Formats: sequence, structure tokens, C-alpha cells
Amino acid sequence: MTAVLTKPRPIRLKGRSYLALTLTPELPIEDWLVRLDELAALSAGFFLRRPVVLDVEGIDLDRTQLRELVGELCTRNVRIMGIEGARTSLLGADLPPAISGGRSTSDIEAPVAEPIKEAAVSESIIRSDPLPIKTTPSIIVTQPVRSGQSLFFPEGDVTVIGSVASGAEIVAGGSIHIYGTLRGRALAGTMGNASARIFCSKLEAELLAIDGFYKTAEDMGPELRGKAVQIWLEGETFKVGSLT
Amino acid sequence: MGKVIVVTSGKGGVGKTTSSAALGAALAKSGDKVVVVDFDVGLRNLDLVMGAERRVVYDLVNVIQGEAKLTQALIRDKRVETLYLLPASQTRDKDNLTPEGVEKVVNALKSVFDWVICDSPAGIERGATLAMRHADVAIVVTNPEVSSVRDSDRIIGLLDSKTLRAENGEHMEKHLLLTRYDSARAERGDMLKVDDVLEILSIPLLGIIPESMDVLRASNLGSPVTLADDRSAPSIAYFEAARRLKGENLPIMIPGEKRGFFGKIFGRKAA
Repeated sequence: MTAVLTKPRPIRLKGRSYLALTLTPELPIEDWLVRLDELAALSAGFFLRRPVVLDVEGIDLDRTQLRELVGELCTRNVRIMGIEGARTSLLGADLPPAISGGRSTSDIEAPVAEPIKEAAVSESIIRSDPLPIKTTPSIIVTQPVRSGQSLFFPEGDVTVIGSVASGAEIVAGGSIHIYGTLRGRALAGTMGNASARIFCSKLEAELLAIDGFYKTAEDMGPELRGKAVQIWLEGETFKVGSLT
Repeated sequence: MGKVIVVTSGKGGVGKTTSSAALGAALAKSGDKVVVVDFDVGLRNLDLVMGAERRVVYDLVNVIQGEAKLTQALIRDKRVETLYLLPASQTRDKDNLTPEGVEKVVNALKSVFDWVICDSPAGIERGATLAMRHADVAIVVTNPEVSSVRDSDRIIGLLDSKTLRAENGEHMEKHLLLTRYDSARAERGDMLKVDDVLEILSIPLLGIIPESMDVLRASNLGSPVTLADDRSAPSIAYFEAARRLKGENLPIMIPGEKRGFFGKIFGRKAA
């Protein structure tokens, strides 16, 4: 009778986003490379240590040409981390992986030819705009979330007025608030926010996760079932508090 | 213009075909012109339940592919003259249903009939999504057990996203039809109770059909239960559901209980 009970250590599942520079080559490639060289000449090391994604959407390249292009860029110290908009048949093991689902952000500033000489300050009044207040985006769902539906909101908090069915899933970057029964899965703080919490009026969840730490229904105490609770993370352990 | 109803559930064997036939017959008996369309291409059953299996010549796929006219494929019921059946094909598969073809057929039926009842196949694939695509009203058939309830929940989600009405931003009317309800087993906890199912699915209740041998007997005789014996408990429940579909406000009785469903709620609140 020497069974050793080891506490399973949860694996952290985390998402993280990076700002990548996207290069959109144009045909003919030779001319485009010349323009790229001109740009690079303005600022040595502009592409160094920057994640670069190649967007080949809408330009007609075969596999050899694509491989040549990546090679050409490599000789200019531009390392491609992924290729967007290419047919899967184009990409082999020798090419960077396909990448998709990117969202545009503001343009990354390209190096300019000469430093612009600022004109003399014509206005003597120094404007003192207060720093813009940073708000956390949130969404409110007024319908029940049905089985098979997945609500993905990495930007911030999710509030559901209604129940989350068994087999449904809420993934939020911030906290999750459910004014109804939580029967499905709730994953809060998925973008690496350990202070996110999960609130629900009735806990019947299949799975709870905060910042990559998760707990399945089986690991939850039976005394919590059906209760109005909040769940948060303290270090690496889940804490549950009653809401009533 | 008639109303298009889809009878759907996600899960198989819960009573979609039986309910389509029974509701169709009940509506036709009240004088409305009704057509019941079998969308279960490849596994057709509605013709058997309606007792028309020996009169099928052309089917839905023939009409969609232009091999037959709609009037040639429609089968009129021998017992109720305002009741028609559009059978499914048994030899083809669901890939023969095209979105354009289904739209054409449904629109043509809608202009002639008061009610077009689409009997959806089980599952959430092509056949089921095409059956619900053009519906104005959905009847979600559910048994009081967990897997059926979860599948129904999934279907309700699809009704709110994949139908033409949902895509146009209109409201999709949805009703719950709880079938094979056994009050004794629900009391013992072997089955989910009515309140539990309603709480999970949160759509209005159209009716509760009690579990009964009459349903199976009628199906085997090739007759919708509402035509076989209009005094049996399931028959009465289907007739009441049909009246609610037509807009009547009737209290819902839970089978096996003397008090009405609403009386039960009020009774509990007073206690």
C-alpha cells in the first residue's frame, strides 16, 4: 500500500500577441526589392530583431519564386516569421509557416531620409492635454449563449445576461460576468491577466480557467455547485468566494 | 402567404417526424391547407407515418432537379383533404438538395398552402440547415433527457444564426415541444423536469406530449396520432399545440397532474 498521490501540476496555456511588421511585395519583385534596399539604406538595421510577416495575398508566385524571395530577403537580414495569404500548397517545410488572423494596427514608422528641421514654435501656449484615460473594452451579451457557440473577446471583459449552456464557451481577455447559470466553459484572462475573475449567479461549469490555469468540473468541490460565486487566482491556486 | 415551420431537434429519434405528421394533421383538420415536407433525403420516414408509402411517385429531389412538377410530387391525404405530403427521396442523398432549389420549392408551397411544415433530418449538417433556412417559425422537439436538451440548445443557436430570418436581422420565432414526457419518471428523477428543460433552453413552451403507446401504435398503422384516435392523451396534446401555433392562448397541462402548469407555479409560490 504505497500508492503515491501526486498532485497534477496544471500546464499553462497562454496566448500572447506581438506587433509584427508586414511586408507586402509587389510585382515585379526585382523592382520592389530595389525599393526595399533604398528604404533599408536610410536606416541600417531597421529590420533587425523585428518580427516580419510576408503578405503575398493577391500576387501570383510559384513555389520557386516564393523561395527565392524569402532567400533574397534573408540576404538583406530580413527574417520572415510567417507567410500570410499563400496557398497551403505553396508552403513546404523549407518555408516559414502560414499565418492568418492578423489585425491591422497603425503603420510602423518608416525611416525618413533626413531629419525634418522643426519650424520655430509659433504658438507660445503650451497645451497640457491630460493623458487619455485608458478604458478596458467590454461587451455585453443579452441572449443566452447556446451549446456549440464560442464567444471570443481577447480585448476585455464579457458580461452575459442569461445562461451559458453546456458545450458553450466564453473566452475573455478580462473578467467574465454571467447573470445566469454557467454550465459551459469560462476562460478569463486568457491574454495573460492573472487578476481577471469569473462571476456567475449559478455555478454548474464544465471548465474554469484564469490566465491559463484551469479546473474541470471534477476538480471543483460539490459544495460550490449551484451557488452564486466568484472565482479568482491567488498565485497558482483558485479561490472561490460566495457572492451572497 | 403561408407560414413555414421547421420541426427540428439536432438529436435523432426524439419524435420530429411523428410530431410533424401529428401537427400537420391537426392543423389540416381545423380547415387550414397544410403540406408536410420530408427533408430527410435518403432516410425518409414521413410517408410511412402518414400512410402514403405506396403512393409515392415523385419526390422533393425530383422537383428540385426539375424532373417533375411540384403538383406531380404532392400526395393528398385520403382522410383529410386539406393535408398534403411532399416525400423525400430514398435513393438519393442530401447532396442533391441545393439552396436555390429548396428556396424555389418552399416559396412555391408558401404561396399555395397556409402551413408548410418542414420535417428536418437529425444532425446539424446540410439537410438540417437547408430545412431550417427558410422557416418563419421553428418547433424544437426535445425529450426530457440531457443529451437531447444539449442538442436542442445547439440547434437553437443555429436557428439564431444560420436561418434567412436571422441573417436579415429579424426575430426567429422558436417553440419548444417536449415529447415522450413521463411524469412518473420525472418525479423519480430519472428524467428532467419541465421546469429544468425550460430553464436551460429558455424558449416558450408549445406543448408537452406524454409518453404513450398510442403514438407507436398509430405510427405502425401509418396514421398520424391525431387522426388515429383524437381522444388519446398524446392526440389531445398535439391538438392543443396546433391551436397554440395558430395564436390561441391555452394553459399547458403537465401530463399526469391535475393542475395546469401555471396553476402549479402559482401554487408553489403561495406555499
